[in-house]
Amino acid sequence: MSSNIYDYLDGNAAAGELSKIFALDVTVAQGQCAHCGTTKRFAEAHLYMQCPGVVARCAVCEQVLLRLVTVRDRALLDLSGMRYLSFDTSQSEQ
Amino acid sequence: MWYVGEVIALHDETATARTISLEVAAWTAHVAGQHVDVRLTAPDGYSAVRSYSIASAPNSEGRVDLTVERLPNGEVSPYLSQELAVGDRLELRGPIGGWFVWRTHQTEPIQLVAGGSGIVPLMSMIRSRKAAGSAAPFRLLYSVRKPAAVFYSDELQALTENEGLSLTYAYTRDAPKDWPRPPGRIDTTLITNATWPSNLGPTCYVCGPTSFVEIAASLLIASGHRPERIRTERFGPTGDRK
Repeated sequence: MSSNIYDYLDGNAAAGELSKIFALDVTVAQGQCAHCGTTKRFAEAHLYMQCPGVVARCAVCEQVLLRLVTVRDRALLDLSGMRYLSFDTSQSEQ
Repeated sequence: MWYVGEVIALHDETATARTISLEVAAWTAHVAGQHVDVRLTAPDGYSAVRSYSIASAPNSEGRVDLTVERLPNGEVSPYLSQELAVGDRLELRGPIGGWFVWRTHQTEPIQLVAGGSGIVPLMSMIRSRKAAGSAAPFRLLYSVRKPAAVFYSDELQALTENEGLSLTYAYTRDAPKDWPRPPGRIDTTLITNATWPSNLGPTCYVCGPTSFVEIAASLLIASGHRPERIRTERFGPTGDRK
């Protein structure tokens, strides 16, 4: 129904899947793209979910930031596309 | 962590969209703009998870309203919008997401831009503003196919009259008779006339289908808004997840 270039969502949409692994909300963390060096909130990444798992791409250079695949009771997370994630830990009461 | 919500009321917003009111035990109060994941599990163990924005204002009673638009070939939305009955139970995860949110301590002007059912999380922000007695200036630009497709129309009307909400409808297919603007997509003129000027430093929240969000965010940036002040929530194809 939509064209390929519009097949993505925002990083926000991965918050539920990522909450299975991380204690803090990754989508509000600042992350640096390992490819182009852009630093943005993870919520601003482009998220592709119509695949086996979740792929987040940099909103600027479109390179892969994160891949998360869950098969039965095993989750495989590839974060090699991000140089770092920076969290505000004052929200950690959740 | 999955919670169980019991359906306590159902309300049709349009011919294809229904609000589901849930009561969820031990639920953490949400922040306006957040969403939940809903998990449905079939007797054979197959399960599907979908994300839905919360429409209600934050509250401490474990009350969560979702408005679900029925998608023609949807796997989950036809069930939620047609078959679900009062007393049924749903599995919920959340509230989710700390980025696309409006917090009641924010005092700057707020520009909301909705495309179709993208109104849902923005309605939570509008309701949150009213519940908190906030004086933050709110404007809503609501792009919708036709008048009959508008969600929450009576409530929005009352909010414009009593709560100082500024509201502009932009019809894309059918407009009411004598409507000043012919039906069509949002454009530069509309953004100029119906949104806060960028020099007031508003925070913008844009929600809708991906193609709509793409256009709306580009128009806002072109009219001088700083990209970092524009928060977006796209919805669209999510595929099947377990």
